[in-house]
Amino acid sequence: MEYGSLGFQALAATIKIVFMILGFLMPLASILTWMERRESAMMQDRLGPNRANIGPFKLWGITHFMADAVKFLFKEDFIPPKAHKFLFMWAPIMAMAPALIVAAIIPFGAPLCWGEMTEKVGLGGACANPVNLQIAQLDVGLLFYFAISSLAVYGATLAGWASHNKWAMMGGLRATSQMMSYEVTMGMAVLGSFLVYGSLEPGAIADQQTNIINFGHFHSSWGIFLQPLGFILFLTAAIAETKRTPFDIPEGEPEIIGYFVEYSGLRFGMFFLGEFLEIVVSSAIMITIFFGGWHMGATVDGFLAHVPNIWIFPKSLLFSLLTLIVWSIKVFVFCGFQLMIRWSLPRFRSDQLMRLGWQRLLPISICNVVATALVVLAVQAW
Amino acid sequence: MAVGVKVVNRPGSLGQQAYLPAIAEGLGVTFRHFVKNFFGNVTGQRKKTDIATIEYPEEKKAYPERNRGLHRLMLRDDGQVRCVACMMCPTVCPAHCITIVPEEAPDGRIEKRPMIFEIDELRCVVCGLCVEACPCDAIRMDTLDHAKPTYRRGDAILDKEELMSRGVRSTAVQGGVGAFWREQVAGQPQTPASGEVVPAGAPHGPTPLRDHGHK
Repeated sequence: MEYGSLGFQALAATIKIVFMILGFLMPLASILTWMERRESAMMQDRLGPNRANIGPFKLWGITHFMADAVKFLFKEDFIPPKAHKFLFMWAPIMAMAPALIVAAIIPFGAPLCWGEMTEKVGLGGACANPVNLQIAQLDVGLLFYFAISSLAVYGATLAGWASHNKWAMMGGLRATSQMMSYEVTMGMAVLGSFLVYGSLEPGAIADQQTNIINFGHFHSSWGIFLQPLGFILFLTAAIAETKRTPFDIPEGEPEIIGYFVEYSGLRFGMFFLGEFLEIVVSSAIMITIFFGGWHMGATVDGFLAHVPNIWIFPKSLLFSLLTLIVWSIKVFVFCGFQLMIRWSLPRFRSDQLMRLGWQRLLPISICNVVATALVVLAVQAW
Repeated sequence: MAVGVKVVNRPGSLGQQAYLPAIAEGLGVTFRHFVKNFFGNVTGQRKKTDIATIEYPEEKKAYPERNRGLHRLMLRDDGQVRCVACMMCPTVCPAHCITIVPEEAPDGRIEKRPMIFEIDELRCVVCGLCVEACPCDAIRMDTLDHAKPTYRRGDAILDKEELMSRGVRSTAVQGGVGAFWREQVAGQPQTPASGEVVPAGAPHGPTPLRDHGHK
């Protein structure tokens, strides 16, 4: 098939989409549902779910998520009599879909060098015909991320409204106010990074972070060293967007169950999995902007680039796979870090949440943008 | 203004108010526990972890000696039920879970015995008042066992045989000298000349057989 032809692009995109959803996002999100319980147990000196097994294969209970799925499938799918049926059925999809759509812009490995698979590796733009390991290379990039991820609020709001339940309604309203507030900070927090990298395209942003930290060419270091404040602000806002502790007032288990109180079975499962998908995707976005995407510093990248042609794996493919593994490990570790935050910090009260969002984080993020702009201007002028 | 406002001066430096140092410290604590428990658990060295979980069906925690558990009915020396159907326990039972139907004992030495003795373990509140009330150490709750889960409510009602199957011979003395005290004290005067009431079976003076340490 001709490189660059429509058929080629369609086929490549389909393979990438199938891999991203079925090969990465869904399995990782499913495992996170188990990992959250197990990791929290380990933090709290408990054992956690360790019994699920398939025959003799126990693997510390990792198959627990399959047991969950089977349970979700067989539970009664209850719709309250006075609920708005159409919206009630669509809300879980609205909550889950944005996380999957947003994953399209994330670069997850070094590009394949099409036609030169046995000669070159996709490091540093060496390829003549690169096949990017990124589903959609959009120039608007992260704006697309903000646009789509802000749609996730509809899932929570509609679920709360359509359930015909006071607590669900309250949860939906809380989710709306929270997500609206923190989206502002979220956008402001990465503006600094946009100024530094001069691009909105996640692939281009990741490709500039070739070193972990390099004092000679400081702008080629990981984003966290260029924008430490921006990272903290973005991380805070991203956790608030995923509606997890310490920002889980939309759910608030001890007071209101939240917008999904009336959901059961697979529909609840979609909310549940959607939350973990959001963790994975926000981790991947943070890895892209602040931790170099699939790059692991010039030394490791250079080491990995010296791959030979093995069996049916030509050089380029093997290098792409290795960088994919590096990226996956980074995302996994970051997901674990997000889980750790969720199990370490107590919940904010509603008014504290709003005060933190509007009176602390937003001014700080604006200051960060102004300061970054001045520094960038000074560097360019100098 | 109608509502008084009390301004609370929160203590703390900028570092405390910025949350971040405290958050880092908290994450450090949880991470330390995580690492210790995770690696201890993966390498199978539970001793080196802090984990407090008891894996129930395989591991069981010993109950304290005075735990109130499933009821049992104690036996006389000859294997008969000790209960004399005095109706103390159904009277005191706050949950009305004990049913006793008395009958005359064929053995002439005992007046009454329970024909039916049933305890509904689903209604029982495990208060132990029946044990307190029993004058002849017939009912006890010291089996260190639970009421077994059942598929039907009726199965949770334990009958006399079931309750007796857990019973053993009681070493307690009934009326002071054992189960058949009437025979043993038949030939002895119940009240000494001094008029002082002596516990039955204590022919030689007023010393009580069982001294509970308070007079």
